[in-house]
Amino acid sequence: MAVPRYIKDKKDQILDVILESGIHVKPSYTPEDLERIGFNYEKDVADPGTYPFTRGIHPLGYRSRAWTTRQYTGFGSPAETNERFQLMIAHGQTGLNVAFDLPTQMGYDSDDPMAEGEVGRVGMAVDTLRDFEIAFKNIQLDKIGAGLTINAVASIMLAMYQAVAEKFGYDAKVISATPQNDILKEMIGRGAWIFPVEPAVKLIGDTIEYSMTTMPKTNPVSVCGYHIRESGATPAQEIAYAILIANAYIDNVLARGYDVDEFAGRFSFNFNVFGNMWEQIAKFRAARKLWARNLKEKYNVKKAQNLFLRGLFGGGGYGLTKAQPENNIMRGAYYALVAALSGAQTTALCSFDEAFTIPTPHSALLSLRTLQLLMDEMGLRDTVDPLAGSYFIETLTKEMEQKIEEEMEKIVKYGGITKAVSDGYIQRLVARQAFEVEKGLEAGELLKVGVNIYKEGAPMDVELHEYNYETAEKQIESLQQVKRERSESDVARTLKELETVTKAGKNVMTCLVECCKAYATVGEMAGIFRQIFGEFQEPGLF
Amino acid sequence: MGEQKRIKVLIAKPGLDGHDRGAKVVAQALKEAGMEVIYSGLHKTIDQIIHIAIQEDVDVIGLSIMSGAHIPITQKLFKRLGEEGVTDKLVFVGGVIPGKDIPKLKEIGVTGVFPGGAPLTETIEFLKNTVK
Repeated sequence: MAVPRYIKDKKDQILDVILESGIHVKPSYTPEDLERIGFNYEKDVADPGTYPFTRGIHPLGYRSRAWTTRQYTGFGSPAETNERFQLMIAHGQTGLNVAFDLPTQMGYDSDDPMAEGEVGRVGMAVDTLRDFEIAFKNIQLDKIGAGLTINAVASIMLAMYQAVAEKFGYDAKVISATPQNDILKEMIGRGAWIFPVEPAVKLIGDTIEYSMTTMPKTNPVSVCGYHIRESGATPAQEIAYAILIANAYIDNVLARGYDVDEFAGRFSFNFNVFGNMWEQIAKFRAARKLWARNLKEKYNVKKAQNLFLRGLFGGGGYGLTKAQPENNIMRGAYYALVAALSGAQTTALCSFDEAFTIPTPHSALLSLRTLQLLMDEMGLRDTVDPLAGSYFIETLTKEMEQKIEEEMEKIVKYGGITKAVSDGYIQRLVARQAFEVEKGLEAGELLKVGVNIYKEGAPMDVELHEYNYETAEKQIESLQQVKRERSESDVARTLKELETVTKAGKNVMTCLVECCKAYATVGEMAGIFRQIFGEFQEPGLF
Repeated sequence: MGEQKRIKVLIAKPGLDGHDRGAKVVAQALKEAGMEVIYSGLHKTIDQIIHIAIQEDVDVIGLSIMSGAHIPITQKLFKRLGEEGVTDKLVFVGGVIPGKDIPKLKEIGVTGVFPGGAPLTETIEFLKNTVK
């Protein structure tokens, strides 16, 4: 761990480069470096599509398929969200990435006192299946996959996605949802947790178990190193914690008696792209290798395709600045380049106005165009892993691999990932690193354009998305209407069944789908979990 | 003048938003600057925050708000502080705060506003100069 910085002499000559993961970069790299690290092409990288997949998971890379573009979208009412989805799809976006408002993420209905002031603010409000029917209207759910940024109540939202698909006439087997569904990372960063560690991980196990047969094209978990990095973790910690978190979910499903090859291939990942670009590229290459090795050596996964690290590499939120916001457009373009050079399956960018509020249609389209022009104009589809064989990149990839392993060992020594999260050990490490980086910025060791260098110039104004205060009223009205129209006896029956199954410790997914179809509310379903599981007690940090 | 009293600050996360990098960084910075800091943890209601502030007898309440709900949240805080008869606490706000909302926040009763990107030293100096 380190504050990423340059050591310079008085003439601005760089004497040393220290990356955030603690690696020192040399002025130049030669074949001797590869010799020093014991570089072996077959063992360390191998051809694209070949174990350990350092160079990528497909032999032809972006030639066989360009990346999926999936801008994070959702605000206000389901109708407004649907309108934005349609706009993005009309402009060539190839996947959806659904943002939910905070009450939904926290399992509260729009009329709950806890939801006051938050309805439809940072994403769309979802109370019942009616909202999904509006949000996904006229979207071809068999052709376009949907990322669902939901964690504590991901089981409920996945059930609701199946319910809406079936209502529209799709077979659950043809739909592809990617709920984030990663609760341990919520406890480290982002903070949208509800239930304690054990039942929360059990719910994730339920979704994985259920998806195996019912929704085989769904990726039930997207493990998010992304938010851990946003919270302050170094790139090495980001990958280390993500792999350990994924293992915790694997262990839960294995304990139910399944063969690892039945489900390991459905894991996906979400990683961050801001920071030193070489360090990020090396990080992604090392991550693919370590994940494949982890599955093969620790879990004895047999099928090659189950060893793939499939990922959304994108975002870059922490890298964006409020100062000189239009600079974020250029930052986004470089972040996209990093993602493309790193072999991302899916990508998305934070829009340039996201340091202020959620994106306008203008800024969201600009992000989409950034991704499209990179893929289609600049030659990023030409050849796989174009940086392979570089003395520098291969050395750095190997050094990154070692740093990630060191971070993993620290947690294993501490007693494992769930203990490290429950005790707040990781949270303390991450918060400390965030503070060190902030101090580095203030001391001018870590350079940030517009923040601590090149601050001069006219202030740039941006047009901002405005929150509509009528959203909450309308959403509550709509919820009340659904409640008047639904069959209360169906709701009571399905909720009772959910309660029984939850108490018995069985898989809740089938019951959740029935509750959703009866128009039970998110708050009613989550309420049953709250009552039975209780809530996570945040460990003290200071 | 006798021994100077340590400034006691409650850093609080009101509402449902869980983005706490900023809150934790500010908490550590104020601590390093010699202040006594209490961190509320996530998902606190306004009543819970006021309760902690009274019980711990803090001089300052710092709210970290990233969801965009800073206006309704601060309105509610001052309404409840008024009802409780608490008038001696200085309130500052940090987070994702558009510049145009700053006058409105001041009108509601917030003394200092530090949007994302504001230097830590600014917050420290502000508290040292303003807390009597």
